[in-house]
Amino acid sequence: MMGQRVGVENSIAAAEAIRMANVDVVAAYPITPQTHIVEHLAELVADGKLDAEFIPVESEHSAMSVCCGSSAAGARTFTCTSSQGLALMNEIVFIAASLRLPIVMILANRSLSGPLSIWNDHTDVMSVRDCGWIQVFADNGQELFDHVFFAYRVAEDPAVSLPVIINIDGFIVTHVIEAIEYWSEEQVKKYLPDFKPVNVLNPDKPITMGAFALPGIFTEAKKNQDEAILASRPHIMKAWGEMEKVVGRKYEPVETYKLEGADTAFLTMGSFSETASIAIDRLREQGKPVGQIKLRLWRPFPFDEIRAATKGIKNLIVIDRAISYGGPGGPVASEIRAALYQEKNMPAIANFLCGFAGRDVTADDFIAMYGKTEELVKGRAPIREEDYVFYGVRE
Amino acid sequence: MESLNVFASRLVTKREYFARGHRACQGCAEALAVRLVAKALGSNVVVASATGCMEIVSSPFPFTNWNVPWIHVAFENAAAVITGAQAGTKALIRKGKLPDRGTVFLGMGGDGATSDIGLQALSGAFERGHRFVYVCYDNEAYMNTGVQRSSATPFGASTTTSPSGSKTPGQVTWKKNMPEIAIAHAIPYVATACSSYPFDLMRKVEKAARVNGPAYVHILSVCPTGWGLASEKAIWIGRLAVETGVFPLYEFEKGRYKMTVETPQLRPVADYLKPQGRFRHLTPELIEEIQTRVKREYEKLQAKAAML
Repeated sequence: MMGQRVGVENSIAAAEAIRMANVDVVAAYPITPQTHIVEHLAELVADGKLDAEFIPVESEHSAMSVCCGSSAAGARTFTCTSSQGLALMNEIVFIAASLRLPIVMILANRSLSGPLSIWNDHTDVMSVRDCGWIQVFADNGQELFDHVFFAYRVAEDPAVSLPVIINIDGFIVTHVIEAIEYWSEEQVKKYLPDFKPVNVLNPDKPITMGAFALPGIFTEAKKNQDEAILASRPHIMKAWGEMEKVVGRKYEPVETYKLEGADTAFLTMGSFSETASIAIDRLREQGKPVGQIKLRLWRPFPFDEIRAATKGIKNLIVIDRAISYGGPGGPVASEIRAALYQEKNMPAIANFLCGFAGRDVTADDFIAMYGKTEELVKGRAPIREEDYVFYGVRE
Repeated sequence: MESLNVFASRLVTKREYFARGHRACQGCAEALAVRLVAKALGSNVVVASATGCMEIVSSPFPFTNWNVPWIHVAFENAAAVITGAQAGTKALIRKGKLPDRGTVFLGMGGDGATSDIGLQALSGAFERGHRFVYVCYDNEAYMNTGVQRSSATPFGASTTTSPSGSKTPGQVTWKKNMPEIAIAHAIPYVATACSSYPFDLMRKVEKAARVNGPAYVHILSVCPTGWGLASEKAIWIGRLAVETGVFPLYEFEKGRYKMTVETPQLRPVADYLKPQGRFRHLTPELIEEIQTRVKREYEKLQAKAAML
């Protein structure tokens, strides 16, 4: 049975998905642009439509701390934040993964201050790149809705037992009304099993969680954690495979668009992937052999899929919405270079930094970046890591 | 003495929920306080501990001293973690996924974790009104990191970050009154305790666990290492803290204060200060200043307890 298709703000749809996932605890602190999701969850609880403890904490640090306690008690737990909120909870974000607590967080991506800005880019999530959570990007409201169920299914899989971040571009996606195909209750039931925690704080069977490690065991704990997130790969693939069976939408760690016969490809992550696709259509009409690679799974990083997708590509245009100051430009490009470094015929990688703090990146901009890449490749091959370009900056 | 042993053991369970073998210093009255709190609460409890002495001495992987479910997440968030566990359990019970067994939720931390870095999380948890007990084990400095001053360090105490020097006499600020801060949240139960008074302490913890809402117990926990004291003097100095009025034992319940250990005639504070290395440098004038303050604060508390 197909779900219902409704015109709805994406944040509201996300909150409805959280309701349908029947979460037990929501702990959150208000921060733009995450607010609509949390406000709607509060309404659902107030109206008795969601039977959950809604905990309006006094900070994001406590939001993630409450989530740790709640998840450790065996409750399905949700939180949602952006930017400074993520920065404030940073300490506990890392610990949640080490404790193997299957918390789900929607991160409405927003610039990290300063200067202060409420608008969208990926500087917030890059500050927790190495936090040990599974991290996916949803490009639109439907993908966000679908990935709520995906996130709980993967996180709570006893073979995974890791927290999951769903990244969604703030305002650009969170505050937009889309036609969303809601899942039916049957579809949710079929796809998402009840949460059966691996380890739980229960007086019947006392366990100690969060013991400290002396140097003699610390490295082993870290290796174990790395192995855990790597081992989540087949379960992630299975969860996406099952979703295709249940709702008919297919998701992959790396998705491609018009890549056949392309010698140049854009590599994008997040909502402007869709804008880039429009630019590719236009470039293709002009006879330019251009395609697109979309990165959906940020952690664990899909090395094999990236290598497969870039085979035969001469020029790779990697677009970042974040920067590593004084480093190799954007964090996505940095990862892509690492993935491709040992490959035969590694493509030339042009790295553009743009779309900071919500600045529009239009189809025309992608076409301009294509032109700029042609210049870069002709003028100075190979393009070096430090040759990243701030696109669209007023000089 | 023998007959007292026989009598006392009848009053207190012999079961250990905070088991022996932990790595606390000799004479640690904080470890004793933890042990007494654990005995008072029994097995039907979930504990969240802040980072600090008691966490470090009891959980070096793969060992644990905890015979009850116990979680440590970070330094400043024990109140948030335990109220998360409480809320999660409450939701699961309401949704029929767990039986309601009346489990007690205990958050615990040192004075730094409570009155400094964790004060915000604790205030939030009090304000939200969760049913939980929070115990502060106050040893009056950051002992775990090497005796640095906290806002709970008393005036005049020499610590590694408030050393007594030629210009300053150790700590130059007065101890933050954490129990009064808890009371200001209008929570149903607040008490002070000291492991030198084990039955008073356990009675208060039992009472805190029965309260339908947040309860706060502030336990003065003598630290021989940090206070400059022979390890066998810990219990004795705890009694002196009470008998001099430096740390009065009282409880606050249903809007009323009650002194639980009466001290009709306060001993001079010098009796308490002189044996401790951290106060060794104090001049008679400074001791007099402390005496004046202690007397005033004690009389204020007595006046509150006298109000009906």
